[in-house]
Amino acid sequence: MSHDEKTPETPGPAALHGLLAEYDTPAGILAASQKIRDAGYSRWDTFTPFPVHGIDKAMGIKMTVLPWIVLGAGLSGLATAIALQWYTNTFDYKWLISGKPFFSIPANVPIMFELTVLFAGITALVAMLVLNNLPLPSHPLDFVRRFARSTDDRFFLLIEAADPKFDEESTKALLEGTHPAAVETVKEDNVTSNKLPKVLIYGVVILTVIATVPFALAAKARHATSKQTRIHAVLDMDAQPKYKAQRRNPVYADGRSTRLPDPDTVAVGDLREDSHFYRGKMNGGWARTFPPQVRLEDATMKRGQERFGIYCQPCHGVGGEGNGMVAKRAEELQQGTWVPPTNLTQDYLRQMAVGELFNTITNGIRNMPAYGPQITTEDRWAIIMYLRALQRGHASKTAGLPPATGGTN
Amino acid sequence: MAAATDINPFVNPPAGDNAFARITDNISRIAEVDKPPRAWYIAFAAALGLLSLFLVSVGYLFWEGIGIYGNMMPVAWGFPIVNFVFWIGIGHAGTLISAILFLLRQGWRTAINRFAEAMTIFAVICAGIFPGIHIGRPWLPYYMMPIPNQMEMWPQFRSPLEWDIFAVSTYATISIVFWYMGMIPDFATFRDRATTFWRRLAYGIVAMGWRGSSRQWHRYERAYLLLAALATPLVLSVHSVVSFDFATSQIPGWHTTIFPPYFVAGAIFGGFAMVVTLAVPARQFFGLKRIITIKHLELMNKVLIATGLLVGYAYGMEFFVAWYSGNEYEVFTFVNRAFGPYAWAYWTMITCNVVSPQLHWFKSVRTSPLATLLIGMVINVGMWFERFVIICTSLARDFLPSSWGYYIPTMWDFMTLAGSFGLFFTLFLLFCRYLPMVAMAEVKAFHPAAHAHAEHH
Repeated sequence: MSHDEKTPETPGPAALHGLLAEYDTPAGILAASQKIRDAGYSRWDTFTPFPVHGIDKAMGIKMTVLPWIVLGAGLSGLATAIALQWYTNTFDYKWLISGKPFFSIPANVPIMFELTVLFAGITALVAMLVLNNLPLPSHPLDFVRRFARSTDDRFFLLIEAADPKFDEESTKALLEGTHPAAVETVKEDNVTSNKLPKVLIYGVVILTVIATVPFALAAKARHATSKQTRIHAVLDMDAQPKYKAQRRNPVYADGRSTRLPDPDTVAVGDLREDSHFYRGKMNGGWARTFPPQVRLEDATMKRGQERFGIYCQPCHGVGGEGNGMVAKRAEELQQGTWVPPTNLTQDYLRQMAVGELFNTITNGIRNMPAYGPQITTEDRWAIIMYLRALQRGHASKTAGLPPATGGTN
Repeated sequence: MAAATDINPFVNPPAGDNAFARITDNISRIAEVDKPPRAWYIAFAAALGLLSLFLVSVGYLFWEGIGIYGNMMPVAWGFPIVNFVFWIGIGHAGTLISAILFLLRQGWRTAINRFAEAMTIFAVICAGIFPGIHIGRPWLPYYMMPIPNQMEMWPQFRSPLEWDIFAVSTYATISIVFWYMGMIPDFATFRDRATTFWRRLAYGIVAMGWRGSSRQWHRYERAYLLLAALATPLVLSVHSVVSFDFATSQIPGWHTTIFPPYFVAGAIFGGFAMVVTLAVPARQFFGLKRIITIKHLELMNKVLIATGLLVGYAYGMEFFVAWYSGNEYEVFTFVNRAFGPYAWAYWTMITCNVVSPQLHWFKSVRTSPLATLLIGMVINVGMWFERFVIICTSLARDFLPSSWGYYIPTMWDFMTLAGSFGLFFTLFLLFCRYLPMVAMAEVKAFHPAAHAHAEHH
């Protein structure tokens, strides 16, 4: 009971921790709390099985800082959500979907809300525990038998001996004046150790070290090369019951897993039997007439003029004389490797069969590329029709043409 | 330590005979008795049987692949997603009771909130499993989390499925935080009543050294209030986000703006039905009739009438909007829902969800535990069918008649569904056996004795 008998090494009579009073009812503890508060004590507390209504005021407890911590955590959750979504979807890995903006408030609100709540909620629990100095494995009150009822049905008030106003006699008298069910002295806890058990410390250290191993291995694997194939835990994507292209397939006599199409197979829409129209050939030679599908009329001529302007004019020139803008520029640069485009108005081309001209446009010649893949069959014939008009205009005298076309009467 | 016996001994302190002590004793004894009631053993054996069915069916799914299920184009979302939405809906009542009724100062919630919260967590666990196992390669769901990876890819945050991941995992986390924080004072009670070393150690660790200081209670109450305020919009957001999975698609029958409120109302409805289904046997077998009273059952049944009417309104409004929109695909979808190949499922849903809760208008029905239990179970069935109807009828008949189909679940689908109930009930029965089933501290705080003389000081 007296302070000086305490010996730290061996358990024995311990120093005084404080005085504990027990009350039967919430009203009792409320009245007592007000008295202790008014008496000016500072290091004291009450212990109740449930939050007693009005005890904060009776004890003079100040409003906790906890809501501000939770607010801060919520805002940091919000900031994390914005930063995460902006960084991943707007900066590091852009993926355009239907022209939608990479970052827009409506589409990104759900995650912002969820992370705000997540951060704030976890913080509410953690902050409550930390501010309450929990977890607290042992307390001097654990040695008071009657105190076990503090979580059941009784209400306790403890004044610590460390309080500057504490005096064993007068404090006890004060407590007894508050109609307690009992008043008891509480000794300091010199039984339980205030050091963490070594097992616990080693356990945490060992587990922490082990926990870093997978991360270390992953980091090593990402910065090193290896001749080993990757290890897959689940092999169903590696070993699939099917034959891949270029692999041997024992099912067929020729051993191919990629099957060839049957001879003379034609894809839908690819049957091009009409040799005159598609290849410009008739009876083994170049066709000298336009195929019947090409209608020799103004609309076709206009189409041909337009297509010629797009595909031919850059090299061959407006009049087909081999002096297009590309050719002029190439001559200007004088690089020495330029093959000038052909003058389409030359006499031998004027005599050339339309089928051969068609073939030239379709498959290309010398360094002129093939235009078959770019210009539809009809348009190629239309271009030839326009080319014929150019050739004829070039070869004819201007005399005899109507004035509107540039003739001199 | 030499004087370990000085620590307050492993015997019950002298028992009081006041109201608070009776509450403590009533609830703590459930977790302290050597042998729980026989009904618990029977229920636990059945739950373990179903749980093993779950493990077998999920194990076979992992081994053989998703082909063992009936999911097939056009109904690619079969039982797994129906079950997911069903369980996540069940999980809503717990947080609703805990958070919203707490903010509304509904004192009667204290009798049921703890096990409603437990129910929430176990239902969310069941729900969380289904999307994970139905993705075909169930070892890869981490692709959905924003983790730096060797593919240099990030998840797409404009997708409602990604919102779903965040909503459900946040909901699970916050529910566990809320549940655990509520239990800390009750764990302390269990610790102080412990008569064996191991009980004292186990409950002592989870109680974190809680000793009920008023300075601690002050911060505790603030934190609890904040959690309730955070959880309230969260509970509304989770099922809204789940409904976005459907509503942001173009499928007729899914693409409607009514989905978020409709899903939330349905979730509260289904969740409360599950609460009464669990509360009736729990109060019967664990001697909680004086804590979960007929009055509580009646109040919950009234919530069922209200939410049942909300759900019925949503069913009707879907038809109205389909007609009012003038969109022939929408009109067809809803006519087909009620009179097409899935008419049997539709009318099962209507009977269970809209008709059966109307019986609660009769006071004799809503104050009868047996009727409460039966109607609760019927509504659970109905709410499962609601999700089946939404998912399967809409997918089976979309825009192109050439791609129509009919969903036929396999026996593995049924086994996984039944097995998920096994998981749920196993966890729930373990909770009943080892954890504080009713929030003792909260019940005491709302007891008249806590306020009797508080005014005259």
